Amino acid sequence: MAYKIIGSQCTGCSACEPECPNVAIYEKNGVFLINPKKCTECIGHFDEAQCAAVCPVDLTCIIDNAVPRYQPTA
Amino acid sequence: MQGETTYIDVDAIKPVSPQLSAQLGELLEKVAEHKGCGTSGGSGKASCGSSDGPEDMDPEVWEKVKNHPCYSEEAHHHYARMHVAVAPACNIQCNYCNRKYDCANESRPGVVSEKLTPEQAAKKVLAVASTIPQMTVLGIAGPGDPLANPEKTFKTFELIAKTAPDIKLCLSTNGLMLPDHIDAIAGFNVDHVTITINMVDPEVGQHIYPWIYYKNKRWTGIDAARILHERQMQGLEMLTERKILCKVNSVMIPGINDKHLVEVNRAVKSRGAFLHNIMPLISAPEHGTVFGLNGQRGPTAQELKALQDSCEGEMNMMRHCRQCRADAVGLLGEDRSAEFTTEKIDAMEVVYDAETRKAYQETVEQERQATVAAKNAEKEQLAQLADAEGISMLIAVATKGHGKVNEHFGHATEFQIYEATAKGAKFVGHRRVDLYCQGGYGEEDALPTVIRAINDCHAVFVAKIGGCPKDDLKKAGIDPVDKYANAFIEQSAISYFMDYVAKVKSGEIVHRVRGDADIRQGAFIAAAA
Ligand code: SF4
Ligand code: SF4
Ligand code: SF4
Repeated sequence: MAYKIIGSQCTGCSACEPECPNVAIYEKNGVFLINPKKCTECIGHFDEAQCAAVCPVDLTCIIDNAVPRYQPTA
Repeated sequence: MQGETTYIDVDAIKPVSPQLSAQLGELLEKVAEHKGCGTSGGSGKASCGSSDGPEDMDPEVWEKVKNHPCYSEEAHHHYARMHVAVAPACNIQCNYCNRKYDCANESRPGVVSEKLTPEQAAKKVLAVASTIPQMTVLGIAGPGDPLANPEKTFKTFELIAKTAPDIKLCLSTNGLMLPDHIDAIAGFNVDHVTITINMVDPEVGQHIYPWIYYKNKRWTGIDAARILHERQMQGLEMLTERKILCKVNSVMIPGINDKHLVEVNRAVKSRGAFLHNIMPLISAPEHGTVFGLNGQRGPTAQELKALQDSCEGEMNMMRHCRQCRADAVGLLGEDRSAEFTTEKIDAMEVVYDAETRKAYQETVEQERQATVAAKNAEKEQLAQLADAEGISMLIAVATKGHGKVNEHFGHATEFQIYEATAKGAKFVGHRRVDLYCQGGYGEEDALPTVIRAINDCHAVFVAKIGGCPKDDLKKAGIDPVDKYANAFIEQSAISYFMDYVAKVKSGEIVHRVRGDADIRQGAFIAAAA
């Protein structure tokens, strides 16, 4: 139910962190991570995943297939 | 003959209406009248770059720029600036930037090795200001975009305004978020803003900017360029309304926006920009940028100068920009950032000594007055230059600052380039000759690099030079001159030029036009000092 950040590609620029509507993004050891429990794939907030839209490195903020896709409750 | 053939004629670039071209002609004439360093110098008149001195400048504006190394060509010999890297995030993507790239030896704008919190940045500023009293300007320029990190940027300004109120604050942005933050900028008394504007036509812009992030959406192609363009123009107009000085930086990308920059120059001038700084694209495959990888080249030294010359009729051109890295510290052309790492600063006892700083700055002021006096002496010399008509030359100068020839050839990490003509000597640019971050260059390889960088010059002025490089320079047709050690640059250049002209007239030598030169790609390594 979430996006994830590929740590090895993350520049640590922090651009994604303040854009997340769910405050799901946090820093650890210079790179950024997404808390899958908080991420809603931006559904209900924006048309596109904000982290992916702002990230300067292509294919660094991507859908995490290890967890099921987010299901809006309403 | 000399140079003329390579200068781009404004009319040749873009067909203009007869009315406009008449206006342009008038403008060019006016500029020619008061350009030429020293020929009409008032007190503190800058030699070029932002060449307009007090007599034709709003005193309020002059007060703002006179001690700013990036805005006044003359001040950049005396005053230092520092950048603090508190703004890592960016909101657009430029084809000349690779956000992943970070090399301690790299100095392209936007590249930085250490990110600071606002608190760390404020402490660093105090530490530097206490160690380098000529540090008068603090800039936030990245490594991302300061206005994509508004909290960090403004927090830093707030802390510094509190502890070191005599330091001028400035900001360098891509302009996308400028309209939204204009009141905060005015509120912190930021008196200089730099906007990087590479196009005023989205058709051109789409080849420079693959995307932007705006209003929670990623925009691409022409839409992205259009939004960016509109926001930049709006931001510039808002700065002008609030009387905040605005400098425009443009990156010259041959084949993409080189000819178009003449239009950019007109557009930003008409909206009140104070200074236009055209910088060469820095591009090499190892930078991993889109332009680096697809083989987009940067301009040659002559191409850059021709474009700067063709825009100069229209407004102040800045030619002394060193494209400093986002954590640069020191005089332009030097980088002392390695002395001020977080670790070293943490260990420092920092006492902000406003008195010493003031005393130092007064000494500099006296020194500047002396330079001005020297310039007046130049005027006398110039009267004798009438028969130099049609001859011009470039001279490379090794200098540590203070407007004098005072650096050894072998220690120079850059040469300042002066152009001597019948109108006098003026600063027209600088050439980096420091070595690449990849290392590898041994002593014996360094000289050809230097020669390539100043190949368009007739002479090189140095404080001192060894026998071997002297011979090699002569072989390359560049005259190594050490007799002006510690003399004022412009006076020396004129005196050398006068001798040269006299020799040409007497038939002793034949005037030749020199070729083009390379613009150094890559690192600006801190001087070995
Ligand atoms: S997809 Fe949206 S909600 Fe999920 S981490 Fe990215 S910005 Fe936050
Ligand atoms: S925007 Fe991308 S590169 Fe920057 S911190 Fe977030 S994941 Fe990393
Ligand atoms: S990058 Fe240009 S504008 Fe900024 S400090 Fe350096 S010279 Fe000045």
